[in-house]
Amino acid sequence: MKKTYKIEVDCANCALKMEEATRKVEGVQEAAVSFMTQKMKVEFAEGADERAVMNAVVKACKKVEDDCEIFLD
Amino acid sequence: MTKKQKKVLYRIILVSVLMVVLHFVPARGYFRFALYMVPYLVIGYDILRKAVLGILHGEVFDENFLMAVATVGAMLLGVYSETRGQEGEFAEGVAVMLFYQIGELFQAVAVGKSRRNIAALMDIRPDYANIENENGSLEQVDPEEVAQGTVIVVQPGERIPIDGIVTEGSSTLNTAALTGESMPREVKTGDQVISGCVNVTGLLRIRTTREFGESTVSRILDLVENSSMKKSRSENFITKFARYYTPAVCYSALALAVAPPVVNLLLGNAGNWSTWIIRALTFLVISCPCALVISIPLSFFGGIGGASARGILVKGSNYLEALARTKYVVFDKTGTLTKGVFEVSKICPSRDFEQMCAADDQDNQSPQKAKEKLLEYAACAESYSNHPISRSLKEAYGKEIDSTGIAHVEEIGGHGVTASVNGVKVSAGNARLMKKLGLSCPEHVGVGTVVHVAIKESYAGFILISDVVKEQSADAVAALRAAGVKKTVMLTGDSRTVAEHVAGELGIDEVRSELLPEDKVNVVEELLQEVKASAGKAAGANLAFVGDGINDAPVLSRADIGVAMGALGSDAAIEAADIVLMDDNPMKLALAMRISRKCLRIVYENIVFALAVKAVCLVLGAFGIAGMWLAIFADVGVMVLAVLNAIRCLHTKDL
Repeated sequence: MKKTYKIEVDCANCALKMEEATRKVEGVQEAAVSFMTQKMKVEFAEGADERAVMNAVVKACKKVEDDCEIFLD
Repeated sequence: MTKKQKKVLYRIILVSVLMVVLHFVPARGYFRFALYMVPYLVIGYDILRKAVLGILHGEVFDENFLMAVATVGAMLLGVYSETRGQEGEFAEGVAVMLFYQIGELFQAVAVGKSRRNIAALMDIRPDYANIENENGSLEQVDPEEVAQGTVIVVQPGERIPIDGIVTEGSSTLNTAALTGESMPREVKTGDQVISGCVNVTGLLRIRTTREFGESTVSRILDLVENSSMKKSRSENFITKFARYYTPAVCYSALALAVAPPVVNLLLGNAGNWSTWIIRALTFLVISCPCALVISIPLSFFGGIGGASARGILVKGSNYLEALARTKYVVFDKTGTLTKGVFEVSKICPSRDFEQMCAADDQDNQSPQKAKEKLLEYAACAESYSNHPISRSLKEAYGKEIDSTGIAHVEEIGGHGVTASVNGVKVSAGNARLMKKLGLSCPEHVGVGTVVHVAIKESYAGFILISDVVKEQSADAVAALRAAGVKKTVMLTGDSRTVAEHVAGELGIDEVRSELLPEDKVNVVEELLQEVKASAGKAAGANLAFVGDGINDAPVLSRADIGVAMGALGSDAAIEAADIVLMDDNPMKLALAMRISRKCLRIVYENIVFALAVKAVCLVLGAFGIAGMWLAIFADVGVMVLAVLNAIRCLHTKDL
């Protein structure tokens, strides 16, 4: 399952850091962060709970880039 | 500017003023230190906070940490001097933080602005849909809330928000937003319309056939917006590069700050801590990889944006990059190089018929008249048939056919038709029909389907109907070659003669004819191996397959780059291809290649330029030749220049 989230991040480097951090979260198969469109695309692993995974993703991203925002809807 | 950026701007102004004021305050000792701590904390509190959080999270080596270490170090040096009774230098620590913030703000604003420019270019999203109330007034609603099958009203000047069928009204549509060409398209009741087109002349009522999310415009927007998710090799290179570069630079800077003073102290000289810390700091400011990290995705994003403004949708930066290295282009014939519709391509009256016409009509003896006459007879004779051949005859004739004069129509299966047109016996059909009538006719007349016509029991000439080559096809093949394509190949299910004739006309290098759909995949596989082998070890020879997106999805996905053409309104094509040409002009492929090559050239320019300037400045900074101002240029200046250069990717008008 793939989902796209709107994000807010200030710099391109920070977006890269977020992408790397997101990839390392358990339950995430693949992740891509686009600084240009301010969007994050996450492909979840089979059977992963989207909500729980995304909470972990937010936590991981906050860790590498304190200023970032991910809008979970 | 966003709220966040404005806040930073106010802090910068406040601190600048404070620094000027403090310059004239004759305070000494700890009091002086305390006074300078005010602007320092105002300008740097967020950096310090991020640095501390970074350490707590084990993310030590980022620019925040180093800025914090450097400036805190500078401030402590000042305190040290003050305790010894000398005047401490506090201004530099604050100044560095100030410059850093100015630079960051500048790049955030510049990048944000270009980001929005590109986004605006691609913004074809309709904001609302009009629904008619019971009392006849229009209500604007969110297009997402419109259910399938609702009737919406589109006024002149408005964008069609959702795909549908016209139930009332007729108008001209402008498809420029989708195809990049402002070709007007006439629509009337019963016609399909596609969202994203602008209604130009009349009011239309449209019954939606899809929901907003499934409509053409939404799908295109999704596709373009997601395109930057598929990263190019250049982008991945920078990501990897930054992973090693940043820590390497950080360690070098630390070494530069610590090693020389320690060596000096060991040698019994003065440590000169402040000098070396400032140099290390300069070094750090110079080294920021922002120019690369920002400008490269921006270049690709700009290129994709510029291409979509010309009706070329690219599904990812990687495809834009791959396109520049395309060496083989494989075309499907029908619908790609040819129009895929049968048209009358040649009318050839016999000598007898020409003379007969001339005798009938003394005033006009031009051969043109005989051609028209022949076509008229053939079209009339075939007027009752619905065969594609007779349809193209009628289309070529163009005028309304008066059916009252046509009688005794007789279709002879596998041969043709005979009829009486205004009392004249006309037979139209293939060579077998002529043979049956005991007439002789020329055998090899050209490529396509031949309709022989006999009038009053004597041979009157033939009409050639063939799948017409697009006017732009030959130019497109030549333009592709000019853009660096080594070989063009045409695949077709058609007979060898037809295929070779078309290929010769267009200047195509290789033809594979009489292929079944499943053969096409095999041929493409074979050509893929050939192109890879021709490039040798130097990876970077790609094969692009161009088709109309119908029946060739497997081939599209097998090729390095699958290009679907004439995709306006064809979901299958948009789905299967990597690059989608919204209209069916093959010249667009050459244009796409030129855009991609320009884009890549800009990316390389930026990489080389940024790295070269930085390398020079780093050396100068390490030896203390370059001061803080040069460092600011090396960081912010290079970044701004790289961003400005990247923006050029957006301009595709004159390509």
